[in-house]
Amino acid sequence: MKSKIILFLVTFLVWCFLSWVPDFQHIIIGIVISAFVVFMMGDLFIGTPQLINQPQRYWYFIVDYVPVFLWECFKANLDVAYRVLHPRLPIKPGIVKAKTKLKTDAGLTFLANSITLTPGTMSVDIDKDNGCLYVHWINVKDADVKGATETIVRRFERILERIFE
Amino acid sequence: MIDVIGLIFITVGLIFDFFGCLGLIRLPDVYNRLQASTKCVTLGTCGILFGTFLIIGFTAAGIKALLCIIFLILTAPVAAHAIARGAHRSGVNLCKDSIIDKYAQDKEGESVNETT
Amino acid sequence: MKTFKWIIGVVSFTTVGVLIIVRPLPFLFYPGLPYSGLFARALYIFILSCFLCLLRICRGPTSADRIVAIDILGIMIVGLCAILSISTARTWYIDIGIAWALQSFISTLALSKYLEGKGFDE
Repeated sequence: MKSKIILFLVTFLVWCFLSWVPDFQHIIIGIVISAFVVFMMGDLFIGTPQLINQPQRYWYFIVDYVPVFLWECFKANLDVAYRVLHPRLPIKPGIVKAKTKLKTDAGLTFLANSITLTPGTMSVDIDKDNGCLYVHWINVKDADVKGATETIVRRFERILERIFE
Repeated sequence: MIDVIGLIFITVGLIFDFFGCLGLIRLPDVYNRLQASTKCVTLGTCGILFGTFLIIGFTAAGIKALLCIIFLILTAPVAAHAIARGAHRSGVNLCKDSIIDKYAQDKEGESVNETT
Repeated sequence: MKTFKWIIGVVSFTTVGVLIIVRPLPFLFYPGLPYSGLFARALYIFILSCFLCLLRICRGPTSADRIVAIDILGIMIVGLCAILSISTARTWYIDIGIAWALQSFISTLALSKYLEGKGFDE
């Protein structure tokens, strides 16, 4: 029930932003459409509603995760520009395997997105039962599981562990 | 002043877009192309949208540009992930410079389980 | 051989870039609005990038390459809509951008499922 109410609030807020300058008719239609979406989706959208009312998680998300993510994203772009413009294409690609300790769906999704947008790595598949990620790495430095885990996953895992677990 | 900052964001975004498309042409196989182009084009387009927000200001269109940035950052890596997984399952091999392919090694045992 | 191709690429792209920046062809823009000359040059750089994507769609050896190029074109058109919304002062271009981003994401997911050779309800 709690996750349904949160989903209703989120969809209604997005509707209000999309049809900005809120007026009476827009708000009525928004309430109807949000209720329909909640009726169709049910509990799919938010899996762990007991974590919603813990305000320190939002604080960790804004202060820890977002600046690190933006900085790594900018570094990734400079890295790709260097590799593309170099005359001999300094790449050494391969798919490596990495272990992760995260369990929830939201945590795994954010971890895969962060890996895709950080320098030189892209997640190919997630094996949720064994807790391992397959990562395509454009410049392989460590081929074994332990070294790849240290280099790729650890940096975001310790931040996301505090937010989503 | 704020217009100039917005124009700088738009220019940087354009340059990154162009590098992403150049990577799409130059790099040797699907996975490398996907990496270069997804990273560069996502951040470049987000830069253009943020510059648009700075120039337009807090009006209806500016708020829509911010929503569009959040939507792009959430969905572009998911699309890249889906394409990479589909390409690997449909049998596209890595290019011949590659060193290691753990996914193909682990999938050998898994395909037996899938058929049963 | 690789270095030779690289030199040819650098020379041709530098020529096109200088031509775009110094002397752009007349484009359909609105001369009363601010920065209209700058946005005309930006549109030319967009057209160049889109031609690179179309080249990959033509030449791609496998179908996965073509799907990657279609995805990238879909993301870039969102940026094109954002630039058009300033350079023509019509803010409904941003709405087109949001709708395009949604539709491009869903079509990419459908194409990747087709590539994987499975049903859509997996």
